[in-house]
Amino acid sequence: MVTAVTSLGRSGLYDWLMQRVTAVILLAYFLFIGAVVISGPGYAEWSALFSQTWVRVFSMLALLSLGAHAWVGLWAVFTDYFTERMMGSAGNVIRLVAQFVTGIIMFTYTVWGIQILWGL
Amino acid sequence: MLQVSIYRYNPETDAEPYMQDVQVDTGGKDLMVLDVMEMIKAQDTTVVYRRSCREGVCGSDGVNMNGVNGLACVTALSKVVKNNKLVLRPLPGLPVIRDLVVDMSLFYAQYEKVQPYLQNDTPAPAIERLQSPEEREKLDGLYECILCACCSTSCPSFWWNPDRFIGPAGLLQSYRFLADSRDTATEARLAKLDDPFSVFRCHGIQNCVNVCPKGLNPTRAIGHIRNMLLTRAT
Ligand code: SF4
Ligand code: SF4
Ligand code: FES
Repeated sequence: MVTAVTSLGRSGLYDWLMQRVTAVILLAYFLFIGAVVISGPGYAEWSALFSQTWVRVFSMLALLSLGAHAWVGLWAVFTDYFTERMMGSAGNVIRLVAQFVTGIIMFTYTVWGIQILWGL
Repeated sequence: MLQVSIYRYNPETDAEPYMQDVQVDTGGKDLMVLDVMEMIKAQDTTVVYRRSCREGVCGSDGVNMNGVNGLACVTALSKVVKNNKLVLRPLPGLPVIRDLVVDMSLFYAQYEKVQPYLQNDTPAPAIERLQSPEEREKLDGLYECILCACCSTSCPSFWWNPDRFIGPAGLLQSYRFLADSRDTATEARLAKLDDPFSVFRCHGIQNCVNVCPKGLNPTRAIGHIRNMLLTRAT
């Protein structure tokens, strides 16, 4: 059976709100980065920009938002298509594996992002 | 001659469903799809479908006509027929019992979940529970549903999770009682809807609004429920 244990917040409202809030953060971030790219910066400008703490925090926030957004979105897709109803009991296994892989990818990107942003 | 292709399946004799081609002489008239189905049944009495009122009231003849769900009795050929061809299929997503007849158990189970009846724990007044005209107006566009299932069976979210997503028809009825000034079970009703499936599987693509033969808007009702859940949580 498809259950809600692997959803992000266990509450539909929480997930829904999370999806909306992270979407707004991502939009703001991509507009910001888009504006910077259009201004045609070189290495020195990029480097100066990302040496500022607020840019790093903003980038981190966007990265975490991406992770949460992807989790909620993909969770909805997986629980639509990789289910017992659609593919028999294999559906449950495939779904859990897909969710596990999604989690690992999200975690990797987050840790990697911290490393890049703070040059650890 | 109208070319009709009709979905046939009799689990007692057929290994698999198949499409049967039938020619129908409509005499050039813009008949209703149900009229055509009756003409087919006159030719071949083994064709099975549900119908009763033949005027869009009972909700029993929901079928899929050239890919669009609707009531056969109130859908004119001119609205659905393209290139003189009409494809008739059962409502999608529900198990087929025979030909155009589907098993609506899943649909009714979701309807039952929303407790579609008035609940009020205050002592009953001598005559009746009164509503102001404004309060009554809030039920317009909600109470008219005839449970034909055209909406829920056109909703992808309901196809994939018919056991957990209540679906547009059930949610429209849910809101009908949430919005009723005489109902006092609002909190208990909302508490049951907060999980990630019951309401939040709706992704707002409005297939339901598109097909409702009564012109109702389940997506809007779902939006109201979401707002009530949001207000309750904050
Ligand atoms: S708006 Fe919601 S309920 Fe209506 S068809 Fe789309 S997903 Fe289904
Ligand atoms: S909302 Fe409309 S389409 Fe859905 S069951 Fe009611 S009458 Fe039928
Ligand atoms: S036969 Fe009653 S709604 Fe069509």
